[in-house]
Amino acid sequence: MLRLINLELQKLLLNRASKVLIFISFILPFTVLVLSSIKINFFGFFTLELGELGIFNFPIIWHITTFFAAQFKFFFAIVVVSMIGNEYSNKTIKQNLIDGLSKKEFILSKFYTIVFFSLLATALIGVSSLLIGLYYSSYTEVAIIVRETDFLLAYFVKLVGFFSLCLYFGMLVKRSAFALGFLFVLFILENIILGLITWQFNYDLAEKIQNYFPLKSMYKLIDQPFQRIVMTKFPDKQEIAYDYAVHWYEIVIVIAWTALFVFLSYRLLKKRDL
Amino acid sequence: METILTINNLTKKFGYLTAVKDLSFTINKGNVYGILGPNGSGKSTTLGIVLNVVNKTQGSFHWFDGKTTTHDALKKVGAIIERPNFYPYMSAYQNLRLVCKIKDVDYSKIDEKLEIVGLLDRKDHKFKTYSLGMKQRLAIASALLNDPEILILDEPTNGLDPQGIHQIRSLIKQIASQGTTILLASHLLDEVEKVCSHVVVLRKGVKLYSGPVEEMISSHGFFELKSNKHDELISLLETDSKFGNIKVENGLVTAFLNEPMDATEFNTYMFNKGIILSHLVKRKESLEEQFLQLTDKLN
Repeated sequence: MLRLINLELQKLLLNRASKVLIFISFILPFTVLVLSSIKINFFGFFTLELGELGIFNFPIIWHITTFFAAQFKFFFAIVVVSMIGNEYSNKTIKQNLIDGLSKKEFILSKFYTIVFFSLLATALIGVSSLLIGLYYSSYTEVAIIVRETDFLLAYFVKLVGFFSLCLYFGMLVKRSAFALGFLFVLFILENIILGLITWQFNYDLAEKIQNYFPLKSMYKLIDQPFQRIVMTKFPDKQEIAYDYAVHWYEIVIVIAWTALFVFLSYRLLKKRDL
Repeated sequence: METILTINNLTKKFGYLTAVKDLSFTINKGNVYGILGPNGSGKSTTLGIVLNVVNKTQGSFHWFDGKTTTHDALKKVGAIIERPNFYPYMSAYQNLRLVCKIKDVDYSKIDEKLEIVGLLDRKDHKFKTYSLGMKQRLAIASALLNDPEILILDEPTNGLDPQGIHQIRSLIKQIASQGTTILLASHLLDEVEKVCSHVVVLRKGVKLYSGPVEEMISSHGFFELKSNKHDELISLLETDSKFGNIKVENGLVTAFLNEPMDATEFNTYMFNKGIILSHLVKRKESLEEQFLQLTDKLN
C-alpha cells in the first residue's frame, strides 16, 4: 500500500500544476478559517469579529468549519481528474502496466492517494477547528468538545466519495476537462430528475429519492449550517428547525457510492484495450 | 530448453476485424526473435496482449513456467512499445526512479543503465526536452533497469534519423551479445535480418511461419549470371531440371536452384558447354525476398 501511495505521490508532487492545486486546496480553506477567526477592524468604522456570533462555539464549530471547508474540494477534484487525464494523454498508463503494475494496483494507487489526501485534509481541519474553538468557545468541557465530531467523519467520507466520483469520471472520459464537465452534467441531471418526480408526484418523495443520488447524498452528509446559526440566536423559532445531524445511513449511502465508483473504475480499465 | 513465453491459439477481435487469429508460438531463452509482418498484421496487438494492455478474445498465453501472474512476470520483462512513454515534466532520473518503484528494483541501477545508453550527462534534464532518439534510448534504459530475462522491442527505430537508427541497432546488438533474449517486432526486414536468429512471420493476424531464419523457405539459393552468349545461356538453363525459375533483368540472369549446387560445379559445367561467364555470384535469398515469397504464396 505504501508503495502505491509513494508511486502516486511522486507523479503528483513533481508536477508543478498539481503541486500548486494541492497546495491551494489545503491552504485556502485553512487561511479562510484563520482569517475569519481574527478580529477585523474596518478602518475604525466598525469591527467584524465572527467569533462573537457564536459560530466558533463547540459543538457547532465542527458543523460550520467542515461545511465551509468542503466547498474547497473542487481544487483537489481538478488534481484527481488530471492525474487520470495525464496518464492517458502521456500514455504512461500503458507504460505503467507494461512495467509490471497490475490494473488493480493502478486504480488502488489512485484511490489510496485520494484517501491519503482526504485524511490529511480532515486532520488539518480537525486540528485548526479545535484550536480556534478552544480560543473562542464559551464551553470547553471535553464532553461538549467531542460532541458532533462525527462531522469530521462525515467530512472525510464526503471527500473520499466525491474524489472517487471524479476518479471514475476521469477513467470514463480520459480527459480532465470533460470529466469536470461530466460532474456538472451529473449535477444538472440529478436536479432534472428531482424536478420530474416532483412534477409527477410530490416534492417530499422526490427529495427522498434524490437523497440517494451520488452528488446529493454527498451534500446531504453535512447540511447547510445557516438555519442552525439563526436557530442559536432565536431558539424559540420552531418553524425553522431542521435535521442537520450526521446520520449513519447517510454515511452508508456515500460509502456504497464510493465502493461502486472504485469498482467501476477498475472494471472499466480491465475491459479497456489501451 | 527454458521457455520464456508460450502463446496458445491466441485470438483478438476488434469488433468485426480479427487482428490476431489463432496464433501459437513459443519463445525460448537465449534466442533473438523477430516478429515480421507488414503494417497492421497484428504484431503490436500480439505484444499488447502478452504485455497486459490489450485483452485477448480467445486462447491463452503464459510467461515463464506459467506459475506467476502476468503483472509479476512483467517485472522480469523489459518492453518498449511504439513510442517512448514517460512523464514529460520529470527528468530522466525521476522517470526511471518511478519505474524502479514499480518493478521493485534498486535505484543504483539507474545510473548504470543511463551510462549504457549514453544519457548519463543529461539525466537531470526534463524528458520533454529530449529529442526522439534520446527518448527512445531512455526507453531502452528503462526496459533494461531490471536486467530483464527478455527484452521486447516494438518498432524501436521508427521515426529516427539514420544516426539514431544506427545507435539503437548497435545497442540491440550489444544487448543480444550478452545473452539476453530479445523479441523484436518490425516491418524493417534488414533490421530483423541483422540481429535475429528466429522469426515469426505474420500476415493479417495469421502466422505464416515460425522457426529459424535460415529454414524459412526451403531454398538452395540462386545464381546471378552474365555472359556474352546470353541467349544460349538462357536456353541451357531452361532445359536443365536443376534450375527452376529464370529471371532476366537488365541483362542480369537470375537462376533459382531446385537442388544444391555450388558455384565451382556450376562454372565447370558452363565452361564445358562452351559458355564463358563474365559474372557469377551465388546468393541466398535475403530475408526480404524470402518474406515476399512467403507472403506472396498466399495471395
